[in-house]
This record gives sequence, C-alpha cells and structure tokens, in this order.
Amino acid sequence: MNVLQTSIDALALGAVYALMAVGIGLVFGVLRLVNFAYGQLIMAGAYTLAFTGSWGDPASIAVCVAVVVTLSVAMELLAFRRLRGASPATMLAATFAISFLLQSIALLRYSFANKPIGDSVGTLSGLNRSLRLGSAQIQWITIVAIVVALVVLAALGLFLNRTSIGLQMRAAAADFRTARMLGVGANTVILLAFVISGLLAAITAVIFVVQTPLVTPDFALRDTIIVLVGIVVGGIDRLVTATLGGFFIGVATGVLGDTLPSGSRVYLPSAVFALVILVLLLRPRGLFAIFGRAPAERV
Amino acid sequence: MRRLNASLQLLAPCALVVLVGLGGRATTAGTQTEVWNALVNVAIVVGLYVFVGNSGVLSFGQISFVAVGAFAAGLLTVDPTVKPNVLPGLWPFLAHHSIGNVPSLLLAAALGGVFAFLVGLPLMRLSGLAAGIATFAVLEITHNVLRNWTKIGPGATTLALVPGTTTFAQATLGALIAVVVAFCYQQSRFGRQLRATREDPAAARAAGIDIHRQRLLAFTLSGALCGFAGGLLVHLLGSIDTEQVYLDLTFLTLAMLVVGGAQSLFGAVVGALGVSLLDTFLGNAENTVHVLGLRLHLPGGSRLVGVAAAMLVVLVLRPSGLTGGREFSLRLPRRLRAPRAQAPEPR
Repeated sequence: MNVLQTSIDALALGAVYALMAVGIGLVFGVLRLVNFAYGQLIMAGAYTLAFTGSWGDPASIAVCVAVVVTLSVAMELLAFRRLRGASPATMLAATFAISFLLQSIALLRYSFANKPIGDSVGTLSGLNRSLRLGSAQIQWITIVAIVVALVVLAALGLFLNRTSIGLQMRAAAADFRTARMLGVGANTVILLAFVISGLLAAITAVIFVVQTPLVTPDFALRDTIIVLVGIVVGGIDRLVTATLGGFFIGVATGVLGDTLPSGSRVYLPSAVFALVILVLLLRPRGLFAIFGRAPAERV
Repeated sequence: MRRLNASLQLLAPCALVVLVGLGGRATTAGTQTEVWNALVNVAIVVGLYVFVGNSGVLSFGQISFVAVGAFAAGLLTVDPTVKPNVLPGLWPFLAHHSIGNVPSLLLAAALGGVFAFLVGLPLMRLSGLAAGIATFAVLEITHNVLRNWTKIGPGATTLALVPGTTTFAQATLGALIAVVVAFCYQQSRFGRQLRATREDPAAARAAGIDIHRQRLLAFTLSGALCGFAGGLLVHLLGSIDTEQVYLDLTFLTLAMLVVGGAQSLFGAVVGALGVSLLDTFLGNAENTVHVLGLRLHLPGGSRLVGVAAAMLVVLVLRPSGLTGGREFSLRLPRRLRAPRAQAPEPR
C-alpha cells in the first residue's frame, strides 16, 4: 500500500462525488426534490460521448454537455414542474420512474442488436497515462479531476455569492415562499438549478468515462446512490454541508477500499452503512449541520 | 351505511385479487406464472403500505425483510438429502433440517417481523429523509451479509431446488391474507393513531399518541407481511439470488405503491396489480398479441420502457395516485358530486 497513491486517488473520488453532490443539492435546495435520476443524466452523457467519439474530443464533449443539459431541463419541464407541491413520495417515485425509463431506453440498444451489454468510449484517453511521483503512479485524469472539481466549485461559489441571480437561488433555497414574495421568479430559479445541475452531470460524465471507458445502462447508478447517502449524512438542508457529505463519503470509500485487507473487504459496505445509521441516529440533521439551529424532529 | 362502506373497503381489493387469480387460471402456462407474480407483488406492496402508507414515512428497507423471508423459507424447504451437497458451507443445523410449505411461510413472516422490530427500535426515531436513508442502509447491510455469509445461505450463488408451491391457491390466498391483515390493522385504534401522526405529528402528540411506538408497531407488522411475501416469492420462483430482492425490487414496489395511491389499501392493490399486469401484457406483446381485432407487436425490450413511461404519466397526471389515495367507495369524490343544499355532513 502506498499512502500518497491512496490519498490522491481517494481525494479525486471525493472531488467528483462533491461535484455530483452539488448537482443534486442545488435542485434539492430550490425544489425539495431528491433527484434519483441524476445518475441517468451522467449515463446519457457517457452514451453521447460513446456515440460521438469519432467527431474529435472537443466536439464530442460539447455535444455531451448540450444533451445532458437539455435532458435535465426536459425533466423539469415535462415532469417536475407539474408535480410542484405534490407529496415528497410522489416526487421521489417520479424520479424512480424517469430513472427506469432512461435505463430501459439504454437497454433497448442491446436487445435490438443482440450484442453484449456495454459500449467502449475513447474520449480523452490520453489522460489515462500515468505520472511517476516518488513510488506512486498517479494517472493524469486523477489530477485533472481534482483540479476541475476545485475550479468548478470555486466558480459556482462566486456565482452564488457575487451575482444577483445566484443570490436569488440562495434565497429560494433558504425559504422558497418568502423569496417568491420578495420577487424571486420561481420558474427562473428552478430552471437555472436544473441547467447547472445538468452541466455538473456532463462534467462528471466526462471524468467517469475516462476512468471507466465502458458505458452500460447502469453507468454511475451506484455512485449516485452513494452520493445521495453522503448528502443526507452530511446534511441536505444546506449546499455546503451536502457537498462536504459527498466529498467525505467519496474519500472514505476510496481510502477504505484501498486499505482494508481483501478478506474483510467484502463486508466493507456493511461497515460503511452501519456507520451511516449511527451518524443519522446521533445527528439526524447531518454530520456537518451547525450547532444551535433547530434540531431535527425526533420521535 | 357506514358499515356497508367499511365492508366495501375490504371487499373491493379482495374482489380484485380473486378476479385476477381466477383470470390467471384461464391463461397459458407462461403467463400464469406472471399473474401469480403479480399477486405476490400485491402481498409485498400491501406490506410496504402498512408502514409507508399509514405513517407517511418513506422506507427503502422493507425489501430486506422480503429477502430474509425468501431465503429462510427457501433454505428450509430444500430437500435435506441434497442440501449439504449444493450448499457445503451451511451450518449443520440448517443443512440437515427441513420444514413443510406452510410452516416455512409462517417462519418467514416471524423472521421478517422480528428483524423489523429490532431494526425499527432505534430507526423509528427518525423522520423524513434521514429515515429513508437509514432504512436504505439496512437494505444494503442485509444484501451485503446475505451475499457473503455462506453459513446462513447460498451467498453469491443462486439458491435452487426450492419447491414451487405458489400457484393459484397459494398466490391468491397469500395476497388475500396480506390485504385482510392490512385492513384489520388500519381499522384498529393503532392504525388510526398512526394515520393521525401522518396528518399532523404535533397535534397527534398533543392528543397523547406515542409516535415512536405506533411507527414501530406498523414497521414490525409491515416486516412480518414482507417476510411472508418473501416466502411466497421464493416458492413461486423456485430459485432465488440476492440481486432479485435488492434495489430493483425496492424501487419498483415503492413506485407501484405511489402509482396506485400510497394513502390507501385499495391504492396499494391497484398499483401492484396495474403495473404488474401492464408489464405482463407488454411482455406478451413482444411476441405479438391481438387486442380488439388489432395485431399488436412490440419490439423486444420495449416492455420496460412502456412500464416506466406509464408510471411516469400516471404520476404526472394524478400525483396522488390512480385511486387518489382513497379507499374504494360507491360515493363519488366530493368534487364530482352535485352540491347538495344544506345537507349536514354525517357524523
């Protein structure tokens, strides 16, 4: 085991999960919607990259961004907008249905052609070369992932804190009704959240595709579930705590997956989820929720 | 009139179950299995409804009770003369004993209930998303342990050679039992207290209702019904592996419940039957069916697309589900009734 290798790899996983957490957390902030179909946005982006691979990387990535953002906005316009004010269970079930729908559409590709499941992607494959750093072998994509995540998060932070529309989004996330009364346009803010969320999904898709160059219909599904758990454990009520939750569950998964002896590694999920239950019981508002706020309702 | 309404609320879902069961007998062998599967789905979704519908708290963990019930009932009905050969890692106690069909179902229900009680004891203190994620963690742990611990089960391999006893009688009766138990519970004072906490936790607590105790009771009963349904499932399939009682089934059954209308027993039954039968129909249409004289042929793999799209359309058009979350009633919903002059509401 190599400490440097493990920590950089874990950091990169945490960085990408933080991006996903922001994408899910932004939409939750304005709409109180847990978008379970987020992983399928990434999957759609990955398929776009697979299909447009021959166009050259810049064109392929541009199309990927366009497709994912369009899909994200389409979800809002066609489904979630009509469900505003519906019960959380209904909204969640609707995201399940969208997730099923996109997955089964992706599966159609294989039942027609009768070929083995999975398409290979060659986007930015040069980034898989590795760099020797002492005794560690660091792949370029690992470094790129960390840098991209930092840049994107910083840009988003500036956007939310320094622009008028960003401020409106934060106001809507803090108290939607009051924000509307003060003139924040509900549809504008929510649509913008879906656009940014789609943008982040597209970036995540590119990074994932370089790391795992085989796209399947359940691409990024597992990651989405882990990020969702991380968000709730971190504290879903605020974007910062949600992002931290996503980051830390990524780092924890990376470190534990690398350091545990392989014999006990099979029970790693049990250990992680037992910890999740413990944290939720002790701090139902989230691990990073600030003291002094109204405590979560407990019965 | 009130008594008539109450009995209709029980009779309508029961009649649906029996009709589907009888309808299943009239179909071909391949379709029959799918119809029995629809009835097993009714049992699972009704089990889910007992907790999720009555408490309003989402749970992603009920399928772990289905899994425990399925593996327990399956493991103990495999012929003990072959069991040690196919599952060499098993504890001697499990390897050399077997029980009958009905005891295996009862055992599945008991195990599901006990497991749910133990899990619910701490977890039922949580509400909202924290409860959802914590119950999801239970599903993950159950799946992980069942998949890797070969002393108590088949591990990552498929448990086969389970007697396939869930046919017409057992599927129909099983679904009916689940419906009747759920109905009796929701008519009892415990069910009413839990629904009061769903509508207004603060008022319910002020009226002296112990929310934790009521939720725990429903969670345990729901776990028992889910375990029972797991027993039905394993005897239907004849073989089972851990992936069949994991994420896909969790999301599908929750979606069925919400599509039918999460707040009523009738909704749970309608949702489970509606989605399952649509799936069966589209599956047959992939091999050409005739509907109203028209020849319908769908390309392979499109059944899943159809089911998902139908669920989405129902949710968008009717956010509170097909039944609107109401029990079956001969009276029209209030908004469709002609306004009556000064008729006092019956108390």
